[in-house]
Amino acid sequence: MIEKLPILSLLIWLPVFGALLVLFGPGQKHRNISQWLSLLIAGATFLLSAWAVTAFDSSRYFLQFVEDTPWIESLNIRYSLGVDGFSLPLIVLTSLMTLIVVIASWNNVKMRSSHYLAGFLIMCGLMNGVFAATDSILFYVFWEAMLVPMFLIIGIWGGANRIYATLKFFIYTFFGSVFLLIALIYLGRQADSFDIFAMHQLVLPDLEVQKLLFFAFLISFAVKVPMWPVHTWLPDAHVEAPTGGSVILAAIMLKMGTYGFVRFMLPIVPDASMAMADVIIVLSLIAVVYIGFVALAQKDMKKLIAYSSIAHMGFVTLGLFISFSLVSGKHIDAAIMGIQGALVQMISHGFISGALFLCIGVLYDRMHSRDISDYGGVVNTMPKFAMFFMLFAMANAGLPGTSGFVGEFLVIIASLQVNFWIAALAGTTLIFAAAYTLWMFKRVMFGDVANEKVASLQDLRSREYIVMIVLAVMVLGFGFYPAPMLELMQPSVEHLIDCNLVSKLSPEGMCS
Amino acid sequence: MLNQLLAIVLLPLAAAIVAGLAGNLIGRAWSHRITIGAVAVSCALAINIALGFAFGGLQSLNVTLYSWAQLGGLNLQVGFLIDPLTSTMMAVVTFVSLMVHVYTIGYMKDDPGYSRFFSYISLFTFAMLTLVMSNNFLQLFFGWEAVGLVSYLLIGFWYKKETAIFANLKAFLVNRVGDFGFLLGIAGVYMIFGTLDYAPVFEQVAKGFNDIQIPISEEIAWSGITFVCICLFIGAMGKSAQVPLHVWLPDSMEGPTPISALIHAATMVTAGVFMVARMSPLFELSEVALNVVLVIGATTALFMGFLGVIQNDIKRVVAYSTLSQLGYMVVALGASAYSVAIFHLVTHAFFKALLFLGAGAVIIAMHHEQDIRKMGGLGKMMPWTYATCLIGSLALIGFPGFSGFFSKEAIILATGNSNLAAADYAYFAVLAGVFFTALYSFRMFFLVFHTKPRMDEHTKSHVKESSLVVLIPLILLAVPSLISGWIIAPNVIDGSFFGDAIYVSENHDVLKPLVEPYSSQLGLTLHGFLTLPFLLAMGGLVTAFVFTVWKPEWRETLYNRLSVINSVLKNHYYFDKIYIDYISAGGVGLGKRFWRWIDAGLIDGWIVNGSAKTIGAISGQVRKIQSGYLYHYVLVMVIGLLAFLGWMYWRALAG
Repeated sequence: MIEKLPILSLLIWLPVFGALLVLFGPGQKHRNISQWLSLLIAGATFLLSAWAVTAFDSSRYFLQFVEDTPWIESLNIRYSLGVDGFSLPLIVLTSLMTLIVVIASWNNVKMRSSHYLAGFLIMCGLMNGVFAATDSILFYVFWEAMLVPMFLIIGIWGGANRIYATLKFFIYTFFGSVFLLIALIYLGRQADSFDIFAMHQLVLPDLEVQKLLFFAFLISFAVKVPMWPVHTWLPDAHVEAPTGGSVILAAIMLKMGTYGFVRFMLPIVPDASMAMADVIIVLSLIAVVYIGFVALAQKDMKKLIAYSSIAHMGFVTLGLFISFSLVSGKHIDAAIMGIQGALVQMISHGFISGALFLCIGVLYDRMHSRDISDYGGVVNTMPKFAMFFMLFAMANAGLPGTSGFVGEFLVIIASLQVNFWIAALAGTTLIFAAAYTLWMFKRVMFGDVANEKVASLQDLRSREYIVMIVLAVMVLGFGFYPAPMLELMQPSVEHLIDCNLVSKLSPEGMCS
Repeated sequence: MLNQLLAIVLLPLAAAIVAGLAGNLIGRAWSHRITIGAVAVSCALAINIALGFAFGGLQSLNVTLYSWAQLGGLNLQVGFLIDPLTSTMMAVVTFVSLMVHVYTIGYMKDDPGYSRFFSYISLFTFAMLTLVMSNNFLQLFFGWEAVGLVSYLLIGFWYKKETAIFANLKAFLVNRVGDFGFLLGIAGVYMIFGTLDYAPVFEQVAKGFNDIQIPISEEIAWSGITFVCICLFIGAMGKSAQVPLHVWLPDSMEGPTPISALIHAATMVTAGVFMVARMSPLFELSEVALNVVLVIGATTALFMGFLGVIQNDIKRVVAYSTLSQLGYMVVALGASAYSVAIFHLVTHAFFKALLFLGAGAVIIAMHHEQDIRKMGGLGKMMPWTYATCLIGSLALIGFPGFSGFFSKEAIILATGNSNLAAADYAYFAVLAGVFFTALYSFRMFFLVFHTKPRMDEHTKSHVKESSLVVLIPLILLAVPSLISGWIIAPNVIDGSFFGDAIYVSENHDVLKPLVEPYSSQLGLTLHGFLTLPFLLAMGGLVTAFVFTVWKPEWRETLYNRLSVINSVLKNHYYFDKIYIDYISAGGVGLGKRFWRWIDAGLIDGWIVNGSAKTIGAISGQVRKIQSGYLYHYVLVMVIGLLAFLGWMYWRALAG
């Protein structure tokens, strides 16, 4: 029976309609009901996504769980969904992180908690929509719609300077999206279809046209990733966002940008991407080195982790864009390594940055401060919390045995095949990430009890435990045994390399 | 066999998890019972395997446990390579670890973090075993970083102590600098050989392969194999604390003494030496790399020995001695005497762990006083500690017949036989080092155990011999410190001990002339009394005697005469100053500037908020038009109407 279900539609609309129930149902007045209801919906969504993984045939690159019905027929826009090795892991990540946010927010949000939870559920559905959509206009609708709940979450439940941060966030990302829409409309007219995979088959003989499209994609995706120099919205948004907002922002929203690279930019305009690869590589390395320095100087924990996110996302863009030179140099294995590394890094960063923001949230709930200097010696009063925080800090520093190592390792190994300096500069993350993360850890956690507030701290509560354990299992599990995740992605990666990275300037050599 | 190997690795891990997560639940006694039990079983199995290789004709084993990742044609696996080299390391690691576990019962008995400590040292044993038993570079790197993690946790074990949490961060970061090189080296291995497993790499080396060129700039390209060897060696420099990445080791003494013995003397710091020996087929291909190894090792051996002479903290004397001895091992590697490097690693593990644990016993007896100037005359009060430390010290200075004699003599002779460019410098350094080794060792020995007691009466009245859990490990380590050299020396030198695990090319075979003298231990020992190293060692010992026991007042005079040298030494050649004041502070300062000028200033202030302000300013002007006041609109309408009528009128006139 379950095989017949429109599983992707469910993954999108179950949380969205569930959220309406949370909003307008009995939970409006009773926090308890709304919390349990949200947990139920988020849990069901996650189980659905987990079931999708088991039912997914990971030996093929084809789209699976396909749904396709006309939507706006006059414009040939369709409601079409499907997932492959790129999008399915991100859907699972989205559903899991939403569930975690629901648990972490338990009894924690005092003001309008049913609205808060509904916001996350709606966002979960919309983000799943982004990853599942195979019609570019449908994709665009989800892409834009998802901004609204995040805008509200920061704007309503955020910190003191939330209005500035939320406007900056919205305008920055909205600014980028406009170019995406133009590009999609152009491509839709050329391909006579808004289907993304029809766009993949499009021959674009004029390199200048490809470059224009490339820049349109770049502006919209780079803001999301975010890449240097369009990254300055992220630290502000994180600092002002409530804990749950930061978790979703770091864990999922940033991946929208790199997903866009994989789904649109690399396959549709490979020649322009290849021509511009060096630019992206340089920007990625700036993200690693320059942002590494900037992160060292931060005094606010959330800002520090926000900057570290930018540096880690640099590995995703780096891994994707070294593939061009590797493919043309016939280093196919290394190209697979680079792209796989980038994809693993996306998932792993979701767990690790989410976990770190939750850790900071645990501290913030108790101390109402994000300033490193307000802390010191927390390990004395919160030893169990310290253990988890240490694990996630080490994962952020890319320690082998944690998922944070896998992606960076693969990307660095692959990048030496391209150029010594790329590998050397990317490799400095070993030093930078350890320096800023562990220095922060030292100042916050180690030492004698710094003040009375620290002395009165309570260790983890049960719901916080659950969240930490789940994320710790993920971080360690994929660190020691990343093979299953890699296998899931492998056919899609190979397909991307075999077919889509081939020149589109002429129809020859393109595979169908 | 595979089950045994899994037990050796996983038992300490399981024990660490139990003691770490359920330490409060099972209590202190069960924490140490479980961990000691696990490590004891590991140790027994490991020694059994080592004996199997030494006498039973065991065959090398290369097995894959599971596939970590499959990327196109590349399979990254987790597995074991068990050969005489590995089994030697396994036996040494588990044995010293077991001794340290037992010793810890006594040393840490009043510590609130008792269970946590046992959990950490068991976890360390696991990490170190995965490192030495690996059959591929990926797992090697995992073990490499995992021992670094546990070292970090253990140096900062007393997390309230400001110096300890400074030292552990420093240790981790300095090691990360080494790991940076190590990772590039691994990337280079993949680039040349297309795999990260040892076996196919060595196979390709044996068959002959085409070296690649790694372009650095338009003009310059490095030989791939030299690049790989030097990068891997940078990793070894971090882990094995070679100049200039040695700065973390003396500070690591802020951790509890048992881990100084286990991690920062016997096992983890020798990981770099082990790794280079494991990679002997690669290093044999690059004389450039071997020369680099020689120079770095020789510099560490000699210059860190100097620093040992002026230390007053008992643990720091031993720490600088460790640095210097690691330098000796690295010199042996550079001279292509890999087996001798491992030989010295083994003997050093015994006598240096012994010396550290002895120092720990002294520290407990002295109520956590570590300054040797405030000790003295402890020999009579702690006879067992005295005797075992004497054995350790004699082994360290290479007194003929002791274990350290066989290994150090071999290093000196092998370096003398090497014909690499840097060999002369290295030979001088290791010879001169012998004098200083004896000087600092016996300076400390005399100041602690002989001379007049200089502690206060209260402390003095409480000094007593340590308990059995402390003494038994000392005695059990003293035995191999005495005899291990005697037993294995001939087989190590003639190559039968390590067999195929170590590869030396024909023209680098520096050990061939040594086979003959090393065939008779007794003859070598007797001959040892007539050699230059012996005279140098005695010279050092006598000098130490003169300045501590006989004429202590001469020390002051000497310090004053050599004040310039003294200040250089006191500042440890200014490495710390450069690293902390310039590199770390400079990095943070640069980050602040980047942030303030580029992120906040240029991008946010100028472009993002600047464009917002510009648009805001324009719209502010435009907005004035829509003031909402009716009379403004009426006025504008009237003006507009008049203008329109005027225009019509003008047109009518013109038309």
